[in-house]
Amino acid sequence: MAKKILSIIESAYRATLEEQDDTVIWLMHAMRGAGADLTVVLRGNAVNYVTRGQDASGLAFGGRRQTNPPRIDDDVAKLAVKGVDVFVVEDDLAERGIEPSDVIEGVKLLPRSGIAQLFGSSDQVFHW
Amino acid sequence: MAEKKTLTFALMDAPYENARTTTALRLIDAALRRGFNVNVFAYEGAIGIPSAKQAPHPNAVHGRDVIQEDHPNPKEWVAALIKEAEKLGGKLDWVQCGLCVDERGIGEWITGPRRGSPADFVKFIEDSDNTLVIPTK
Amino acid sequence: MAKYLLIESRDPFEVNDVRYYYDLAAALAKEGDVTLFLVQNGVLPARRCEPSRHLTVLAAAGVRVLADEFSLRERGIAAGRLAEGVAAAGLDVVIDQLAEGRKALWH
Repeated sequence: MAKKILSIIESAYRATLEEQDDTVIWLMHAMRGAGADLTVVLRGNAVNYVTRGQDASGLAFGGRRQTNPPRIDDDVAKLAVKGVDVFVVEDDLAERGIEPSDVIEGVKLLPRSGIAQLFGSSDQVFHW
Repeated sequence: MAEKKTLTFALMDAPYENARTTTALRLIDAALRRGFNVNVFAYEGAIGIPSAKQAPHPNAVHGRDVIQEDHPNPKEWVAALIKEAEKLGGKLDWVQCGLCVDERGIGEWITGPRRGSPADFVKFIEDSDNTLVIPTK
Repeated sequence: MAKYLLIESRDPFEVNDVRYYYDLAAALAKEGDVTLFLVQNGVLPARRCEPSRHLTVLAAAGVRVLADEFSLRERGIAAGRLAEGVAAAGLDVVIDQLAEGRKALWH
């Protein structure tokens, strides 16, 4: 049976325009595709990834336009559709003025105190 | 004889940008000296660590020429660790994330590391005794 | 008892988020065996100063607080200046604890 992996993601909007992805969310998709048993927690600034209305379109330098801007909220939602439990730390949402109605479907709210409780059921815990 | 342990490290940082690269190499070194096998999944900028085109330079601020500066590039450290692993009867299996290599145009590296993908990272996790991710910031 | 290795590479002078990590160590220590290993700038609060008290409190709560000897020396932090509850240690401790199978994460 595959090891249970808990990935705690806090880094946000780091080179996401250059990469056209959040590279850690992307890696979670790739790992899931390779058979990994994943749970994801978004904390810190990464909680902003679950907010509706993110729009990174329109980047252009001279005549070279970006046609596939990152759509990180979609990518997070799709992780959940693939069977990955995606938690978002509700204290961190509140600190950032993010209301429940701002949050996309498919993610589960987790109190900050709940992060430690997820460790017990995981074989590996990665911090990103 | 006890079975040899295997540890996996996932690295993300390009060389020369912060302290994590050196600490990662120190950890790999410590593990190899313990006689362990070590896997490295180099993701994002970390694929630059064993880049073949790194070159030493003089240091005019300190008045040192190239020889005097004696500045090991990270690729030399990686090469030394690969050699150390062989000497100690272990293995350092260094995988470069292929897409990260392509988008950075850093496709030439020293002998030893190999091109791979996240599937290799998943296999490393499954086959190792433990895995440490050293994330970038 | 569950065992954990939390590696902290950042310092509270520059990064507010370090407090989250110290709090995580404390929370895990309620039911588990926790080592907090400070490395790189993470050792800066190991020199007795105002924020060191968070490390002293962690040690009192049962967290083994260690600071990388090399990082301490690199920053000129002598043994006699370490905050109460913090001990210097070699990086080999990280390898030993990884080999032991501790759940290990890096901040």
